[in-house]
Amino acid sequence: MKIVVLAKQVPDTRNVGKDAMTPEGTVNRAALPAIFNPEDLNALEAALRLKDAVEGSTVHILTMGPQRAADIIRDAMFRGADGGYLLSGREFAGSDTLATSYALSCALRKIAPDVIFAGRQAIDGDTAQVGPQVAEKLGLPQVTYAEEVVEVKESSLVVKRRLEHGVETVECPLPAVITVNASAAECRPRNAKRVMKYKYALAKSEIAAAAGTPAAERAASTPYLQIVEWAAADVDPDPAQLGLQGSPTKVKKIENVVFAAKEAKRLTASDEDINSLMVELIASHTLG
Amino acid sequence: MANFFSDNKDLQFHLNHPLMRKIVELKERGFADKELYDYAPQDFDDAMDSYRRVLEIAGEVCGDVIAPNAEGVDHEGPRVVNDHVEYASGTVRNMKAVVDAGLSGMTLPRKYDGLNFPLICFVMANEMVARADASFENIWGLQDCAETLNEFASEEQKEKFLKWVSAGATCAMDLTEPDAGSDLGAVMLKATWSEERQTWLLNGVKRFITNGDGEVSLVLARTEEGTTDARGLSMLVYDKRDGGVKVRRIENKLGIKGSPTCELVFTNAPAQLVGDRKMGLIKYVMSLMNAARLGIGAQSVGLCEAAFREALKYAREREQFGKPIIRFAAVSEMLSNMKAKLQGARALLYETARFVEVYKQYMHISHERSLEAEERQEMKFYNRLADGFTPLVKLFSSEYANQLAYDAIQIHGGSGFMKDYPCERLYRDARIMNIYEGTSQLQVVAAINAVTKGTFMEQIGRYAAEEYSEAMQPIVEKLKALTVKFSEMVARVEAGDKECAGFKDFHARRLVETAGHIIISYLLARQAGESEEYVASARIFSKLAEGRVTEAYTYVMSSSTEDVELFHAVGSEE
Repeated sequence: MKIVVLAKQVPDTRNVGKDAMTPEGTVNRAALPAIFNPEDLNALEAALRLKDAVEGSTVHILTMGPQRAADIIRDAMFRGADGGYLLSGREFAGSDTLATSYALSCALRKIAPDVIFAGRQAIDGDTAQVGPQVAEKLGLPQVTYAEEVVEVKESSLVVKRRLEHGVETVECPLPAVITVNASAAECRPRNAKRVMKYKYALAKSEIAAAAGTPAAERAASTPYLQIVEWAAADVDPDPAQLGLQGSPTKVKKIENVVFAAKEAKRLTASDEDINSLMVELIASHTLG
Repeated sequence: MANFFSDNKDLQFHLNHPLMRKIVELKERGFADKELYDYAPQDFDDAMDSYRRVLEIAGEVCGDVIAPNAEGVDHEGPRVVNDHVEYASGTVRNMKAVVDAGLSGMTLPRKYDGLNFPLICFVMANEMVARADASFENIWGLQDCAETLNEFASEEQKEKFLKWVSAGATCAMDLTEPDAGSDLGAVMLKATWSEERQTWLLNGVKRFITNGDGEVSLVLARTEEGTTDARGLSMLVYDKRDGGVKVRRIENKLGIKGSPTCELVFTNAPAQLVGDRKMGLIKYVMSLMNAARLGIGAQSVGLCEAAFREALKYAREREQFGKPIIRFAAVSEMLSNMKAKLQGARALLYETARFVEVYKQYMHISHERSLEAEERQEMKFYNRLADGFTPLVKLFSSEYANQLAYDAIQIHGGSGFMKDYPCERLYRDARIMNIYEGTSQLQVVAAINAVTKGTFMEQIGRYAAEEYSEAMQPIVEKLKALTVKFSEMVARVEAGDKECAGFKDFHARRLVETAGHIIISYLLARQAGESEEYVASARIFSKLAEGRVTEAYTYVMSSSTEDVELFHAVGSEE
């Protein structure tokens, strides 16, 4: 079974410090560590479990982003993925969800997987649109809010969905797109041997950037250390549907919200501030 | 989102010790494995990078999985179901995480699917696991038994058991019996050769066996009928899948409650002989025990780390009289001493691990080819240091674990006595550390030779001859003065022992501890030259050392041989 996981490298918005936003009100990506989008890790685990269950399966990551997004492909390889595809290039810059799902669907046509997993949503945009849009563009059935693949059949999967008021179990023919919820199983840890094996895996542009170094030479001559990297031209797209040009979403206005309530206390997300709040709440018997 | 490696600069410092270059080169034998295994390092830097990355994984598993499970594991504990052990649910999750992370068979050769990491890395992982949950360290750390198999077992046995350990099988060492604890020579579990089944069969009872229901057990048993002492004992390996061993009960313990301490009944349990007959206790168990002692050293330092962090956190949060209690001199002194002991114990732990490592690597190489004269000499040199330092690190770190756990509760005040804070669990867990794998009293017996034969004194001389930073000069001067006192004490005790046998035994602990205090002070002074981080601890520890050495000196120098009888008399009272 050929399995692809759609993943995204995102700024870690869960631990926001005071310099998380620029004065212009946009996310200050330089100040936030770039991480593997959390629900995409749940999706990866679902994919790896399917691989464990169906002999001969492969799991590849597909991500669109700048060169450094190759980090999450390596991370996925450390955890059990076989490899990945990095969709990278100037043409993709400024994509909204529509242009993103279009670009991903072009790449997926080329890969032709049996199952596509994706995290429900990314923590930077919180739209939950890309997975479903990819399914629509490819004309595939989709299962959203998936929590667990409970059964693998000849040409279908039985999937448990976590909904607001309960659980629904559905059977879905393959190929299909499955978006995975945070309530699904956590991703397995990085594995020591895999880390040692794949730590020098590089994408094409990374090999070029490090040309002449032993690491680059090794990656260039070792197939399993090569992360596939595609530019726009490699996936035969309609250029009008890519990047900023293909993105109908326009940001009209950005506002920096300042809480105006009186007697408000401003706390950062640092351990120290949280501790002092806890101590205060315990002292005032609000807690404990 | 905690990482017990990334958040610990002291650990990272020890990983970067200059002797690592030699250790890695010995361990990797010219990096020949790179042609055979896709995960073998290309060179020294590549190897070090891998160690760091894998220790980060271990640190993450410890911080994110094992530590959060610790309280539940302590409450739930393991159970006996149908004559076998069922771990606490948290322990099962911990086990899955460490196996998924590939942290099994860390030091074993690659041909047995191991990571072929230096012992140092295993000790570090052990320490982090213990900081997260000391009881889980008992289970996970027992993979160390595989090292003894690697050293003495047949190729066929290694192929079977080492690969299994690398895949995540847990181990046990079945030594103690109801009437054979510290005195293992009295072991009675019987091994008889069955012509019919072409295997050894084990019959008898073992008690206090940590992880006694592990997949691979090394069993000390009596193969020579009619004997009653150590010379009739051999070591055998038992595969749980073969059956024949029942867990009769699990002890209800004060601490490390997640670790199943089993009473085992062997009924015609098939087992294979490891190495030569009659060498069980004399050779193999000694090797096993030395490794286990280093393991408890790591467990103790991990517990010290946990206790110090809990105490520091509370002292910063807790306010009395309008300020955090850490700002009161009495509390900050306790914390400073705790930190100095923690860093001192760790310095001794990794110094020892390096000695053991170099010695063991030469020994392994000597099985592959004959050593050059120079190498042989080096092997002997490090072997001697390893033998002296191993009981020393077990003694100091386990006593410090208890002291730090005690102080951590003291800093928590009344709250620390309640079950609401982790410090109460640390206090209970620490209590076994200076008892098992040889009590502190037995570590003194094992280390006293290094005092009387001059191993410690020679090594202290080497430390004294090293270069120290300007700031450390007064400390080095002080240590030189303490060393003079140490040699006076040794001379006094040896003279006294000639007069009255037993005088040396009587003062042994004072001598061994004096050596330890001086050695740890030197190690911290040396580290202070490399990093500012250690200046305070070096100064603080040397003050503690001065006090303790002076006390011991006064006691020894004013002691007469009559004291031997004075302290014996209690035994003849009605």
